[in-house]
Order: sequence, then C-alpha cells, then structure tokens
Amino acid sequence: MSLDLILRIATKLILPFIVLFALYVQFHGEFGPGGGFQAGVIAAATVVLVAITFGLRAAHRIAPQAVVERMIPLGVLIYAGTGFAGLLAGHNYLDYSVLSHDAVHGHELGIFLVEAGVLVTVTGTMTAIFYAFAERGR
Amino acid sequence: MTLLAVVTVAIIRQRNLFGVVILSSIYSFLMASLLIVLDAVDVAMTEASVGAGISTVVLLATLHLVRAREIRPVGPRPMALLITAGTGALLVWGTVVLPPFGSPDAAIHKHVAPRYLADTVRETGVPNAVTSVLADYRGFDTLGETTVIFTAGIGVMLLLRGVRRRGREDRDRSAS
Repeated sequence: MSLDLILRIATKLILPFIVLFALYVQFHGEFGPGGGFQAGVIAAATVVLVAITFGLRAAHRIAPQAVVERMIPLGVLIYAGTGFAGLLAGHNYLDYSVLSHDAVHGHELGIFLVEAGVLVTVTGTMTAIFYAFAERGR
Repeated sequence: MTLLAVVTVAIIRQRNLFGVVILSSIYSFLMASLLIVLDAVDVAMTEASVGAGISTVVLLATLHLVRAREIRPVGPRPMALLITAGTGALLVWGTVVLPPFGSPDAAIHKHVAPRYLADTVRETGVPNAVTSVLADYRGFDTLGETTVIFTAGIGVMLLLRGVRRRGREDRDRSAS
C-alpha cells in the first residue's frame, strides 16, 4: 500500500493536466493539430489511468458504466443531428451554412458540433472497451 | 525507418507476448515520429494516442485473460512463405510508379487539395485545413468513421459482456 504512494500522488497531480490537454486538443483543433478523435482518446486515457492506479471501482465512480455506454450512441446522434439541421432548412445533408446567420459562422459552428459528437463517441467507446476487458479479467 | 525494421524483426522473433505488446507500442511511437517528419501532425497524434496508448492497454488487458506465451510454430510452410513474398514483391513493384517522395507534382497535390487549402479560411473560418476537410468538406466520411467506432464499441461490449452475464446465470442456476 505504501509502495504505490508516489504513483497515487503523481497520478492525482497529473490528472487535471491530462483532462486540460484533452480539452485543449478538442477546442484548439481548429487552429492546431488535434480534434475529436485525439481528444476523445486522451480523455479515455484519464479513465484508464485512474483505473490502473486506484482500481476499477474508482474509475466507475468518475465515469459510471451507464453514462459511458450512453455516450457511444449519443455522439453519433449529435453528429447525425447536425446533418439533419441542414436538411430541415432545405439544404443538403451536413450543409452547415444554415446553422448561423452567415455561412462562415455556420460552418464554424457545424465543425464544432461535429467534433463534439466525435469526442463523445470516441471517449465512450474507448472507455467502454477498456471496461469490457477489465471486467472480464476479474 | 531502420529502427522500424529492427523493431519489426524483434516482434517476429519475440515469443513472450508481453514483450511483443511493449515492442508494438514502441513501433507505434516510432511511426508517430515518422509521421511528424512527414508533417502529418494530426495523424501522428492519433497514432501516438491510439496506437501506443489505448491499444497497448487493451492488449495488456487481453494478455491478462489469455496465456502470455505464443505457441510454437508448426514447422516451415513453403506455400505461406511464397504468398507472403509474392505480396511483398507486388507492393514493392507498386511503389516503382509512385511519384518521388515529397514531390509537389504528385497527383494527390493537383486535384482538390489546392482548393481546400486556398478556400478553407474564407469558407469555413477554420485555419487548420485538416479539421475543415475532416469535419466539413468530407463530413460524410467522418460520419461514417464515427459510426464505425460506434459499431466497434457495441461489438466489443456484446462479445465480452454478453458472455460474462451468461456465465454468471449458469453459475446461479447450478448453485440453486
């Protein structure tokens, strides 16, 4: 128990920075490298790190299984729903021009929403896959 | 590139699967560095996080479930060697007609890429062309990719969790 003290403290120290980096990669993806896929995997990595250091129960507490499983279809729905917004306004599917008063803003918003959808699905899927493997091992 | 080849040979020679997992993680990191050299930072990031990060964790979790030693191969197989060598030769032959490395005249740089690069800020307001191509110009492709991830997640959950639940029911039945 005392041997992994350094590991536990280091994990606690580093976790907020990993989450912050995931958010940076997500929201700065329009200007630098990154986007929904990468940010999703980094966010899932925080859950994996918690599970490895503090045990699966602690991971379940910060990312409950039911929430993680619902995130998988939710992200696809956000993405597909963004597409339908264009369809409802009489444009093509996934045409973002209608999302805002001017077309460029609409595209920015559309890309933001779509990336958010990707983030939610990737985080959910990666965490769910990890949970599925980790639970079999017990 | 030489390091990549060394790691690949090491993976083939290694019989301890734990070593293979660690080596494939190293392979992914080398691949990510190679992609950075190619200026594909977005892809390098994905390779580092998915290939070296999550894949390693999942493979280690798999090793926890199965035995960690590879079984002995069953003697030499001339047919398999022939097919592998043939496919490899075909791939090398295919690279002969490719444009030279980093050539600006390559067909891929002449088609729609200049238009995307020139118009991305004006049309989408997003300076990173990778993001605008991924989420806007090629939005359908990314929707498909997201659906693939969705399907993969559902598939793994059905395979692994379904079995576990049935196992528990059997145990309950035999206990009662």
